[in-house]
Amino acid sequence: MAKKTIIPKKTPMSEQSAEERIHNYNEVPFGYTEEQAIGEAKRCLECAKPLCMAGCPVNINIPGFIKLVAEGDFRGAVNLIKETNALPAITGRVCPQETQCEGVCALCKKFEPVGVGRLERFVADWEAAQGALPVPPLPPATGKKVAVVGSGPAGLTVAADLARLGHHVTIFEALHEAGGVLVYGIPEFRLPKAIVKREVEYVCSLGVKLVKDFVVGNAATLDELMEEFDAIFLGTGAGLPWFLGIPGENLGGVYSANEYLTRSNLMKAYRFPEYDTPIARGQRVITIGGGNVAMDSARTALRLGAKESIIVYRRSRDEMPARAEEIHHAEQEGIIFNLLTTPVAFHGTNGRVGEVECLRNELGEPDASGRRRPVPIKDSNFRIATDIVVIAVGQSPSPLIPKTTPDLKVAKGGVVTVDEKTMKTSKKGVFAGGDVATGGATVILAMGQAKIASKAIDEYLKTGVW
Amino acid sequence: MYKILKKQVLSDLVTLMEVSAPQVTRKAQAGQFVIVRAYEESERIPLTIADFDRAAESVTLVIQQVGKSTMQMCQMNAGDEFATVAGPLGHPTEIENYGTVVCVGGGVGIAPVYPIARALKEAGNHVISIIGARNQSLLFWEDKMRAVSDELIVCTDDGSYKRKALVTEPLKEFLETRKEIRHIWAIGPAIMMKFVATTTKPYDAPTTVSLNTIMIDGTGMCGGCRVLTTDGAQFVCVDGPEFDAHKVDWDVMMQRMQFYREEEKLAVEQWKHQCQLAMVG
Ligand SMILES: Cc1cc2nc3c(=O)[nH]c(=O)nc-3n(C[C@H](O)[C@H](O)[C@H](O)COP(=O)(O)OP(=O)(O)OC[C@H]3O[C@@H](n4cnc5c(N)ncnc54)[C@H](O)[C@@H]3O)c2cc1C
Ligand code: SF4
Ligand code: FES
Repeated sequence: MAKKTIIPKKTPMSEQSAEERIHNYNEVPFGYTEEQAIGEAKRCLECAKPLCMAGCPVNINIPGFIKLVAEGDFRGAVNLIKETNALPAITGRVCPQETQCEGVCALCKKFEPVGVGRLERFVADWEAAQGALPVPPLPPATGKKVAVVGSGPAGLTVAADLARLGHHVTIFEALHEAGGVLVYGIPEFRLPKAIVKREVEYVCSLGVKLVKDFVVGNAATLDELMEEFDAIFLGTGAGLPWFLGIPGENLGGVYSANEYLTRSNLMKAYRFPEYDTPIARGQRVITIGGGNVAMDSARTALRLGAKESIIVYRRSRDEMPARAEEIHHAEQEGIIFNLLTTPVAFHGTNGRVGEVECLRNELGEPDASGRRRPVPIKDSNFRIATDIVVIAVGQSPSPLIPKTTPDLKVAKGGVVTVDEKTMKTSKKGVFAGGDVATGGATVILAMGQAKIASKAIDEYLKTGVW
Repeated sequence: MYKILKKQVLSDLVTLMEVSAPQVTRKAQAGQFVIVRAYEESERIPLTIADFDRAAESVTLVIQQVGKSTMQMCQMNAGDEFATVAGPLGHPTEIENYGTVVCVGGGVGIAPVYPIARALKEAGNHVISIIGARNQSLLFWEDKMRAVSDELIVCTDDGSYKRKALVTEPLKEFLETRKEIRHIWAIGPAIMMKFVATTTKPYDAPTTVSLNTIMIDGTGMCGGCRVLTTDGAQFVCVDGPEFDAHKVDWDVMMQRMQFYREEEKLAVEQWKHQCQLAMVG
């Protein structure tokens, strides 16, 4: 390989200033221009053994697409990505690149990695700007019918794949809007809803039928769906919010992050009273947790007018599971991090929360997750006054469908048991993937499992062999 | 979209809507509810299924005007469409032949208690019903309740119609004199259900209430609907909506239901203002 001078840092992506953006809901970064994208693509070393590809959960041909970007062939680049990743406009924005593709980039040893996520986002946005995607020629109908339960990234991916193979697909979605966490959880300022809408419309343009307001388990059980469909894919996510189980948790003003974000994003409470759903606004908001969900909640609180938005997290900064960019953006926006702190009770008056009582922690021995365990310091109790609390400490799959499907095997934590090579569940004809099969994970992992499931479902429909 | 097939004003505050919702009617049972959104901008509101017609694929909803969303719903007419009707949600009522049972309906709660009384009657129970409202103009469905009850007591708080009493008074008398009572269902305002619970407690009479807390999804995803019971926090939408009245922490529940009072007032004021402007313009 010819030696080349390497620009040490990623091409910066311009973004709204922190002062400005905390007063609006618009997306924070603006994305690359064509020149910036080509410049960034040229930083790629075109390694013979690309580590980045192995770092990507769906093994996108990263050097391949980056080379095409460098040559200015954006159409070629996006097509190459889409061979393995149906939703690049989304993953380019929300993947934890620093622990995946970019984390293992050969440049990392000395410099900043190639901005793989930014380039992925760029080509996807470039494609969108060219107008609606043409519907690919579809093969003749196979006459097989598939029900996809849930319209998150997993469900959308399976639906698109199977429709392209000529199967008749119906998506059943419990909510009034398709997209799963992408519409109800991740805020507009991080993932514009127009992007999700575009992806949903594309899936529907392939002939997929979308039935909203349909809660599987209630409106129909899996067995009832089986009477009508040849196979079922469960992409129902991990929607059951965890609470802490500490005193005062049922005071008014104590929200699960799911509720707080659903009110704000899905129901558009940030535009109350133009939209009818209210959300509590306060001078001070405390969010408990250290993941993406916590960052999204704390940053939403600022945009809802909080003067102080505080994160309370029981471990230290290094253990925070949120994407690096989210923590960075949160810090820029002035979010206060109260680390090594565990809430033990909520206090309030007249049924409204007013204080969070906490304990200070120190870091002990590593626990099962390999991270150092937070150990509470005795009698270190202290209180922080607050108007609102948002609990963002995790979630697990909802028991709604397993409860009405006795032969669907579920492991600890409500996770549906699957064979990871095929995503088959214990129930004949039923496949599952995404957060419902992993517990709360990532968009790209959900999509990766969906791809495996699509292949296996197609196989099953053709052969009838389980 | 879900078409309104029929509209009937039941009282000053309460309106009945029969709505086309095929995916709900296929499996609807007494005690379950639906989540309704009137327009694109509307809240998701839980409404108990007051009746359903599988042949016509429609559900009957009885809506009390309490905030902007329900006021708007009540202004809609036959032929209009709701943006969302999702369900049936929650557990159905456990209907069996208990022997003698009491069904208490207060205000708009008369509507959801009706299908329960009917199902209990069909299951062979001796059904005693007590219905009440603040005044005569808020009372409805006396005939329907009579048709599914063996005995019916009607009361109003102000005595403007039939007996002047709160529903808990005749209930207490029944509990004193009719030892054969096996189970009580009570649906109405939270405060009424709370007092039904305190009334039946000394008699150890099993009492079921149907809770109507603030909801969003109605599928167990947000926890906003949670209530505190002696079994810990429970999600009304998936663990209920029916609960053992003696296990519910009523004060916590009522405080949570009051949480958005200011926002609700603001929404109603703004909306009324807009309506006036529209009329003037
Ligand atoms: C606030 C937040 C921020 C996040 N940030 C990131 C991030 O930055 N990067 C990242 O990679 N990941 C992130 N995640 C995680 C990521 O969103 C999920 O891993 C991913 O969405 C899982 O996809 P899925 O298709 O399995 O399920 P979901 O997206 O959860 O979709 C499931 C769908 O199924 C529907 N459903 C559930 N039950 C039923 C039923 N019984 N009948 C019908 N429909 C049903 C639900 O309504 C929902 O629409 C975040 C999650 C949250 C909550
Ligand atoms: S999908 Fe995610 S991990 Fe894979 S290349 Fe794109 S940004 Fe990196
Ligand atoms: S309404 Fe959201 S969990 Fe019950």
